[in-house]
Amino acid sequence: MSIALSCHDLSHSFPMAGGSLTVLDNINLEIETGEMLAIMGPSGSGKSTLMNLLGCLMTPVKGRLTVLGQQTAGMSREQLAELRSQHIGFVFQQFNLLARTSAQDNVQMPLMYNPDPTRDDEQQARHCLEMVGLGDRAGHTPNQLSGGQQQRVAIARALVNQPKILLADEPTGALDTKTGKEIMVLFKELNRSGITVILVTHEPEIAAYADRTIMVRDGKVESAT
Amino acid sequence: MIQIQLVNTALSSLRRNLMRSMLTTLGIIIGISAVIIMFALGEGAQKKVEQQIEALGTNLLMVKSSSVSAGGAKGAAGNVQKLTLDDVAALKREIPQIVAAGTSVNAQAQVVWGNENWNTRIEGINLDVLSAHHWEIQAGRTFSEQEMKSAAKVAIIGETVAEELFGIASMAVGETIRINKIPILVIGLLKGKGEDMRGSDLDDTVMLPFSTAVRRVIGGNSKYQDRIKRITVQVDDPSNMDWVAAEIENVIKQRHRVADDEPSPVRVMNLSQMMETRAEASQVFSSLLAGVAGVSLLVGGIGVMNIMLVTVTERTREIGLRLAVGAKPADIRNQFLIESVVLCLVGALLGLALSVLALIIAGPLFGWEMVLPTNIMLLSVAGTAVIGIGFGYYPARKAANLDPIEALRYE
Repeated sequence: MSIALSCHDLSHSFPMAGGSLTVLDNINLEIETGEMLAIMGPSGSGKSTLMNLLGCLMTPVKGRLTVLGQQTAGMSREQLAELRSQHIGFVFQQFNLLARTSAQDNVQMPLMYNPDPTRDDEQQARHCLEMVGLGDRAGHTPNQLSGGQQQRVAIARALVNQPKILLADEPTGALDTKTGKEIMVLFKELNRSGITVILVTHEPEIAAYADRTIMVRDGKVESAT
Repeated sequence: MIQIQLVNTALSSLRRNLMRSMLTTLGIIIGISAVIIMFALGEGAQKKVEQQIEALGTNLLMVKSSSVSAGGAKGAAGNVQKLTLDDVAALKREIPQIVAAGTSVNAQAQVVWGNENWNTRIEGINLDVLSAHHWEIQAGRTFSEQEMKSAAKVAIIGETVAEELFGIASMAVGETIRINKIPILVIGLLKGKGEDMRGSDLDDTVMLPFSTAVRRVIGGNSKYQDRIKRITVQVDDPSNMDWVAAEIENVIKQRHRVADDEPSPVRVMNLSQMMETRAEASQVFSSLLAGVAGVSLLVGGIGVMNIMLVTVTERTREIGLRLAVGAKPADIRNQFLIESVVLCLVGALLGLALSVLALIIAGPLFGWEMVLPTNIMLLSVAGTAVIGIGFGYYPARKAANLDPIEALRYE
């Protein structure tokens, strides 16, 4: 098994009045390709910061992060953007769909920043919508869709660049239990197709879908099961 | 490829806020229209002044006999000076730089042909008047030397008089008109010149040989006899104007036996210079107007910047999302730059259309002289694109520099 993501002595802190607040303290973590990992922990434990670091949305104050064999230290904003665009898909708690924009266009949007003249953008976006079971809703705008459907559109959007890694930050946090379960089933299917899935959650039932769960407390990885 | 998609994205987000986009554009529309209309009117005014200068003639000096105050202590009874045709001839003879020295006497009179009649200016001229003031004959001929000397009953008439009397101007030549009951043969028709700077019609005139006017038509009253109020002198070169002006005073003083220290019997004015001053004044005025219009365009540009800043703030989460899914800062910057340039360019084109429409409709309605300034039109549209980039850059850069995490969390 190859390593999808690895952290070595990863630390992060935010500047505060009179010093700095350490959020993550010397995290060492390896995530294998094809793994489904849940990151749990109480609010303020630093789990979201860890997620953002893993997704290259921020750069750590200290330590090294390797994504699919690439060292991220020293990369410019442009290079990080390219890395995210090509290899990492994001799913957010609040869906973050573009309002008054059709599901098709929402899903197609990331392709614009990863141009490839040989690819049929429209076709690829529709294919991703079909994968999440919304092939017949391509023309609907977010306010015409239910919460679960909106999250499915968001997942399709995360898949459209055919990423190796999918990061989901509380993907079921805004959904009811039944819909949340359906979304988790979808994540599980995607994981089986070979995508590395990392999700942040505070619900043990959601974490139960993962192969492995780690607990983050006070900036440290406390337990791994 | 990505640029085309950025344009589409920018257009659709402008469409989503259609009302706001239109109001923002309005500032640019007004600015551009103001610039173009002001330039058109300015150039129109300029052209009018140029036409007037052309109509007046070039390198002209005006010689006027000084008015002598009747009760003035210096003006002894016999000292009232008057200019004569001999003075005119002497000026031309003694100062070789003088190309033409035109003079005329004039009066208002009724001109009659058949049942038609028309009140107009009657001018008794010497031949130099025609060349000094750039008069051209469009039909018939000018006066011969013989006619000038013999006070022949012939006339050259202006277009306005010809049209009023004969209906069709070209019918005038060869007809006999009556002025103060004296029959006079029309031998020539002047080419039209339009209005002078005071707005009076230069073509509303009947020209007679000087001798004819003085002796037969308007000189019945002996007071008019051979008395010249002004002489128009055309000088060969602009650089000789001042020198010739001084020389004219000397020659007149000598001929009238006026001592050097006595007040000059004539005043010499540089007509061409006066006209040029007027032209410059009108230029300054139009530049001022264009400047004010430019300020309104600037205000429009600031409006665009303002609304772009609002847009960036409103769409912070969208920007965060785009950055998260792989948009490079430059992509975000370009998207917002395109939005502001599109706002400005649409405004510029609508403003262009509006101003052309306004000039075409209102121009004739208000009698504005105007010239559609093609170069200014192109320049202002190009300038607006620059305004779009200039005023859009700060908000666009602000958007591009957002931190994706912060932006995604923004409420």
